[in-house]
Amino acid sequence: MISEFEKFKKFKAKTLPEEEFLASGHRACQGCGEVLALRMIMKALGKNVIICMATGCMEIITTPYPQTAWKVPWIHITFENAASVASGIESALKVLRRKGKVPKRHIDIVAIGGDGATSDIGLGWISGALERGHDFTYICLDNEAYMNTGAQRSSCTPYGAMTSTTPIGEKGSGQVTWKKNMPAIAVAHGIPYVATASPAYFLDLMNKVKKAALVKGPTYVHVYAPCPTGWGFAPERSIELARLVVETKAFPLYEVIEGHYIMSRKISKAKPIQEYLRGQRRFRHLSEEQVSYIQRRVDAEYEKLIKLSEMK
Amino acid sequence: MKYIVQEGSHSIAEVIALCRPGLISAFPITPQTHIVEKLAELVSNGKIDAEFVNVESEHSAISVITGAEACGMRTFSATSSQGLALMHEVLHAVSGMRLPLVMVIANRALSAPLNIWNDHSDSMAQRDTSWLQFYAESVQEAVDLIAQAYRVAESRDVMLPGMICVDGYVLTHIYEPVLIPEQEKIDAFLPPYRPEYILDPERPMTFGAYATPNDYMEFKWEQQKAMGNAKRHIVQINTEYRELIGRGYGNGLIELYHMENARIAIVAMGSICGTLKEAIDRMEDVGLVRIRAYRPFPAEELRDALRDTETIAVIDRAFSYGYEGPVFSEVRSALYTLKERPLMCNFIVGLGGRDTRVGDIFELVKKAKESSEGEVTWFNLKV
Repeated sequence: MISEFEKFKKFKAKTLPEEEFLASGHRACQGCGEVLALRMIMKALGKNVIICMATGCMEIITTPYPQTAWKVPWIHITFENAASVASGIESALKVLRRKGKVPKRHIDIVAIGGDGATSDIGLGWISGALERGHDFTYICLDNEAYMNTGAQRSSCTPYGAMTSTTPIGEKGSGQVTWKKNMPAIAVAHGIPYVATASPAYFLDLMNKVKKAALVKGPTYVHVYAPCPTGWGFAPERSIELARLVVETKAFPLYEVIEGHYIMSRKISKAKPIQEYLRGQRRFRHLSEEQVSYIQRRVDAEYEKLIKLSEMK
Repeated sequence: MKYIVQEGSHSIAEVIALCRPGLISAFPITPQTHIVEKLAELVSNGKIDAEFVNVESEHSAISVITGAEACGMRTFSATSSQGLALMHEVLHAVSGMRLPLVMVIANRALSAPLNIWNDHSDSMAQRDTSWLQFYAESVQEAVDLIAQAYRVAESRDVMLPGMICVDGYVLTHIYEPVLIPEQEKIDAFLPPYRPEYILDPERPMTFGAYATPNDYMEFKWEQQKAMGNAKRHIVQINTEYRELIGRGYGNGLIELYHMENARIAIVAMGSICGTLKEAIDRMEDVGLVRIRAYRPFPAEELRDALRDTETIAVIDRAFSYGYEGPVFSEVRSALYTLKERPLMCNFIVGLGGRDTRVGDIFELVKKAKESSEGEVTWFNLKV
């Protein structure tokens, strides 16, 4: 058991912190599921935090000079290096604290990147930071493609999805690979805490972020983030999709505490995957064959996860 | 103070330690590695109160120290060749964010073909990243440049990062007697780093915002203004260092050697200048103008130093493919406004570590006398 969890108090809907650390007035699209998640993440983290952000939607929408949406210290350098920047900040604060140059109180160091920054271009940097054991949290906001540049595929794009670089044509039928399992890659580093979350279950999301921040050492939270602009659905359906993806078992919610998988929400009667795929432009070309492949693979992946959670 | 004979890299590392960095991060690459190995040893023995962060690439090394620098901490890294090339993207971000990092570059050729020996193609390729660039002639100068580079970089009206370029092997691996300044002297010369803006939850700030066409150019103009200010500081800090620690190098920007009555002038940077001085001692009418600060570029100073010569031979240890040596282009451009211009020619020398000896310099001067205006010679080429 992780001793830091003794200090952990669950968030409750009635007593949510009122203070916002990500100000309104930023330039996110209507119904952006990513910024909804980010707002709740910031509420969970509170004031004593330094955010290191990768290049991407959240960076662009929050910091057009001379404006900023950030009420906490924030730094962006390049696309791939948020985890390394966080490593430097964490190490620097350690020395500054030791030398008495900054107050002794704890500051959470949090690196945030999209799925491209995390699973593609920044993977080596993240691996390095997780392996070195820095006391920081990495949060991946996964909207399943490079949305900031106009919806190109990433290794987190789901099978079959149409993106601007996996277009539908005589030969092309969308993304041909299965979504890269980033949480499993994080777990393979032997870090103390890994979790997945969805903004539809915002208390669960906030609790996981808080726990990740409390734990000493590197932690990783993978957050599903629906993108109305890139996926092609009505903005008011963001939260609905963020719930459906869990109810269809396509994006299971779980924690991995010191290597032990714990399901946050076991889905006994799953909805058919079609319910999730329906109404998203990126999936509307799917053949019956493709849909049935997705269903089989989703079920199989979920079973693997259940088996992991049953291991003692 | 007495001379110590030890490997150049170790002398450099010792003086880095005297500058009290709080965080060092690096990735192994020849011929830089001995510098950070020595620093790792000093950290491990408790000689410096710093964190040494071992990373998975040079890109990560510079990202780590940039993060630390943004917390208000003096930092250090060193690299060479491919490592510096891998850092390239971040170099621009660091100067744009006005974080005064200091790195030592153990100069080495770039691939392909793979080559671990010395030339200037690595740092020359980073010329336009808005980093200050200093080139050392000797280990002693490399050692003396360290505290000076931090002082210039951290000056309030500069706040730009700096590279100390030290010829790989020729200086990093040589055993040369050096004087290492005392800790008290360095402390008196280099005050603790206290930047105006840092990452602090008590005073939240946004570092690295994006700027539209409406603002971007002004940020870049500020960088150029800072380069101008750096020029002034380099001169003044060189004088101050001479007074306090006992060694100075020309006016800080350039150094003149036997230029009083020189008809032929050689312009060069780095360790080859030692060989050049040796050769010049044995020749009539030949002098040396050594560029010590390449960025900011000492155009006026070069104009003044070279105006009365007849022939100028500019040595480049890198090449701009499709044209000529980069130092040559710039020196020639600096002299363009002279009413009567000396004849200027360019020698591409010692790429990939090909050795240059005193005898070669006699040959080079002979060739310079026969060169036509603007002629580019690949020196000692086997074709």
